[in-house]
Amino acid sequence: MDLWENIALAVNGLLANKMRAVLTMLGIIIGIGSVIAIVTVGNSMTIAFAESMKEMGTNKIMVSVQEKNSNYEEGTGIFQEPQAEDLVTDEMIRQFSARYADTLESVSLMESVGSGKAQLGDKTVNVDIKGVNADYAKAEDKELLYGRFITPRDIEGKKYLAVVSESLASELFRGKSPIGEEIFVKVNNDVISFTIAGVYKKAAYMGGYIDTYVSGKDVPTDLFIPLSVAQKLKQKQGGYLSFSIVTKAGTDQNDFTEKTKSFFQPYYAKNESFGIYVENMQSFIKEMNNMNNTMTLAISAIAGISLLVGGIGVMNIMLVSITERTREIGTRKALGAQNWAIRLQFIVESIFICLIGGGIGILLGLGGGALGAKALGYPAAPSVGAVLAAVIFSMAIGVFFGYYPANKAAKMDPIDALRYE
Amino acid sequence: MENNVISMKHIRKLYYIGKPNELEILKGIDLNVKNGEFLAVVGASGSGKSTLMNIIGALDRPTEGEYQLDGCDIRSLSDKDLSRIRNQKIGFIFQTFNLIAKTTALKNVELPMLYQGIGRKERRERALELLRMVKMEDRADHHPNELSGGQKQRVAIARAMANQPDILLADEPTGALDSKSGRMVMDLFHSLHEEQKKTIVFITHSRELAEETQRTVTIKDGQIIREERRDGLGSLGEYRTGCEWASGQ
Repeated sequence: MDLWENIALAVNGLLANKMRAVLTMLGIIIGIGSVIAIVTVGNSMTIAFAESMKEMGTNKIMVSVQEKNSNYEEGTGIFQEPQAEDLVTDEMIRQFSARYADTLESVSLMESVGSGKAQLGDKTVNVDIKGVNADYAKAEDKELLYGRFITPRDIEGKKYLAVVSESLASELFRGKSPIGEEIFVKVNNDVISFTIAGVYKKAAYMGGYIDTYVSGKDVPTDLFIPLSVAQKLKQKQGGYLSFSIVTKAGTDQNDFTEKTKSFFQPYYAKNESFGIYVENMQSFIKEMNNMNNTMTLAISAIAGISLLVGGIGVMNIMLVSITERTREIGTRKALGAQNWAIRLQFIVESIFICLIGGGIGILLGLGGGALGAKALGYPAAPSVGAVLAAVIFSMAIGVFFGYYPANKAAKMDPIDALRYE
Repeated sequence: MENNVISMKHIRKLYYIGKPNELEILKGIDLNVKNGEFLAVVGASGSGKSTLMNIIGALDRPTEGEYQLDGCDIRSLSDKDLSRIRNQKIGFIFQTFNLIAKTTALKNVELPMLYQGIGRKERRERALELLRMVKMEDRADHHPNELSGGQKQRVAIARAMANQPDILLADEPTGALDSKSGRMVMDLFHSLHEEQKKTIVFITHSRELAEETQRTVTIKDGQIIREERRDGLGSLGEYRTGCEWASGQ
């Protein structure tokens, strides 16, 4: 029995009942379409996320001081303010840097002074003032457009220098070179004057949509000053709640994460409230992937239900079709069709309905997913795997839900079938 | 005896066996049909002639009795064997034509060849040739609903002839036709009988049409009550013996 004949029969059958065919396919179209749309959006997000991860650098390890046995998430504990003795000191960092000099590319330190306004003439721009060390630019991948970044000498000399963002420079200086110019920064009720040493290029946020929706003037950008100046402004002798490390290329991240942990842990062995936490980008990415997989699983479950409903619709219409065509089945049997030939005919028809429905669903899903990704500000990235899976899955639905009706047709008694009115 | 392509001994067919409404449709039919014979089976509706036709055509099995078709005891054959016999040994012609509605006359004629596994090209050629034989070649691409009753029946006859069966089994083939179309169909049967030496079992309730055949058996209440022989039976050729349809499955 010719497969093409069966396909031609299925096409004829569908064309004869167009409305019915479309309604039958609707369940499959919606099921497959929504899965493809959601997977496309998810995939686009994952790819955009991976891109921005790459920008941040995968060799980065973050060290932070956090509460031990913290249970304030459950609302039962009391949040404690870390005291000076709980923080990581300059001395600890110096020793750490000396011990792992071969592995470390940079250790970036940052002391946040607070948010304020940068002022020039009558123009003001919101800024977050951050005291940083020389390594900070390297670790955070800050790209300089003009001038230079903070140097160790600036820190030693406690120079009132600032490295500002591209948007601040263009807002306050309007095309003039800001290097060497003086601006006033209002922070914590003080007005301090800084000389601009450099302008950095603002790294795109993940997805970049913040820029699109909030006007650049209102979003505070980072204004970097020497760490020592920041400490002076805050009247602190050093001590950090967190800092990040960039390792040299080829370092085993997980291994070095463990080493870092065991280096700092002794300092906190006797501290009842606070401990050291070390995390690398790889574990962060892994976490994100886990989250993504959980989401995919949830979507698959929902899709499974909608496809089940769609499949039942197909089975229902196949049963109707077989009843309508009882005499045809009887005739075919009288003309010598064996049971398998009848079964094949109806299974092919059922697969065909599901494949067409799946195909339409894939197209709609890709379109919808692309629109969705665009609306969220990501470049659309359709998942080839999901499309393939959709094709295979819709065929499987066709076989699964077509088998019972087809088998019923195959087992019809030819005499009863011929006599059927 | 070995000249019989159809040989029935005391065939009974019962429905609802063992239930209060048990029904005996055929009450012991003895019937032999020689190879190349044109036989008419006449009976009123409800006489059991359709049931007899279903048994002759291997669509149904008798409850009791022995039926040899083309040298095969029908009881020894599987459903698959019966499908093959129906496909290649027998051509069915129905009162209501039973053409497949959503496809062309040509595809309808190709159908038995499709189930026999004949290739696309040969199928098409043979189907066109058969349509030419029944003078329907110019309607090859028409759907059944575009054809008149007589035209439909001619397509159905072409379809019945598709696999060159030895036996044509026609159940009231002129029953739904006007007299002119009916005449044309009868003439077609005569030519198939005389020129192609087909064995034809022709079921009808028209005594007039039955007169045209070589032999008429009359059925009433599930029994043969009368048998009339006319001419030409002596000229039938020898018929081989032995069953070639049993696949042992």
